[in-house]
Amino acid sequence: MIRLSVPVQTANLEQLKAGDKVLVSGTLYSARDQAHSRLLKEKEMPLELQGAAIYYVGPTPAKEGRIIGASGPTSSYRMDELAVPLMESGVKVMIGKGDRSESFREAMVRNKAVYLLATGGAGALLASRIKARRLLLYEDLGPEAVYEMRVEDFPCFVAYDIHGGSIFKGGK
Amino acid sequence: MRTITKETVKKQVADILLDINHRLGPSMISALERARDEEAGGVAKAILEDLVENQSIAAEGVFPLCQDTGTVVVFANVGNRLHLPFSLEEAIDEAVRKAYLEGHLRQSMVSHPFKRANTLDNTPAILHTRIVDGDKLHLKIAVKGAGSENMSRVGILKPTDGQDGVVKFIVDTVNEAGGRPCPPIIVGVGLGGNLEKSALLAKEALFRDLDDESPDEDIARLEHRLMDEINALEIGPMGVGGKKTCLAVKVNTFPMHMASLPVAVNIQCHAARHKEVIL
Repeated sequence: MIRLSVPVQTANLEQLKAGDKVLVSGTLYSARDQAHSRLLKEKEMPLELQGAAIYYVGPTPAKEGRIIGASGPTSSYRMDELAVPLMESGVKVMIGKGDRSESFREAMVRNKAVYLLATGGAGALLASRIKARRLLLYEDLGPEAVYEMRVEDFPCFVAYDIHGGSIFKGGK
Repeated sequence: MRTITKETVKKQVADILLDINHRLGPSMISALERARDEEAGGVAKAILEDLVENQSIAAEGVFPLCQDTGTVVVFANVGNRLHLPFSLEEAIDEAVRKAYLEGHLRQSMVSHPFKRANTLDNTPAILHTRIVDGDKLHLKIAVKGAGSENMSRVGILKPTDGQDGVVKFIVDTVNEAGGRPCPPIIVGVGLGGNLEKSALLAKEALFRDLDDESPDEDIARLEHRLMDEINALEIGPMGVGGKKTCLAVKVNTFPMHMASLPVAVNIQCHAARHKEVIL
């Protein structure tokens, strides 16, 4: 079991190999398709992206007295092209589900970033590891707005490592 | 003539929507536990352990099973001797509104293909109505996420493509989907009818119990063959490799034009959320 704190230093990522189980702690930004598009249109980047971790999630609304609702990952392939300029601006960790394009993987290796797999559909389990959140941007996007989330021992697997290794077998 | 009130329908549908968003059916839970026990180890087994734990956390009622609380799909068989003094569509949409807003479920429906403004209450539901003999209202209700729906497909094959052609189409569809539809999956297949009928058959096949087998021997054999060939792809849970890509294949059929062989594949993720009620 490997512990990873985010935002990260590049040195932390060298040791990660595809298939490793990783417990992530620290601060993540939530962002999906629409939030990516908007971030890329901003004149000045409104988020601190150096070493940042982005989680592809659109949670269910929080029930009374709760921080968040179910919070599993969405399919990452929809963000493949949009993720590249964000990596070039400093993003080092992306968390989602499913495989991604060759050009995404090349950009990832070039930018020394990693892609982590969170268990798709484990929305209840993953929500229990989110300890705080704060709205940052694009409230009108509802579940797709950008939040800052504090996570503790958020369970992931290394899907694509910095050396070009992949967890995915079969299929595409 | 028997009458059911709008309130009865609304309450039943809303209750079911809240229930299925938090609790899997007993055969789905056992299938996940069995898959976890049979998977050799490594990441595949760890993911199945997560999924078994996830459903027990969700069953407490605080967090839904999945953040994608889906599009509501309803198959309604309406008895011809039943009087419904209201719009069934309206009653179901009111139930969706109530369950999704009061139950803090995610509103995932947008009103326009390009403007994509959220309807803010997860309506409309997608309703398929049939008039049948009797005085009951039989509702089959599902919430269907986009991850698996996006990987579904309809094809119209040539009759001479035969069973091998059908198997190839289905296995290729699953293979291309890989880990994206959140395996372990359930595969609903509609074979026959026409373009839209095959898709409806595939969707309705997903309501069959996991242990159910087609009463048609040839089709039951086809279901087993598909299950074996899909699992031989070794896509595994979430695409990480492993024995458990698919937990069940259900094939429903209908007569078709002599020149056509329609086949629809509707993929269901492991959060298989559906329930039936007869009112």
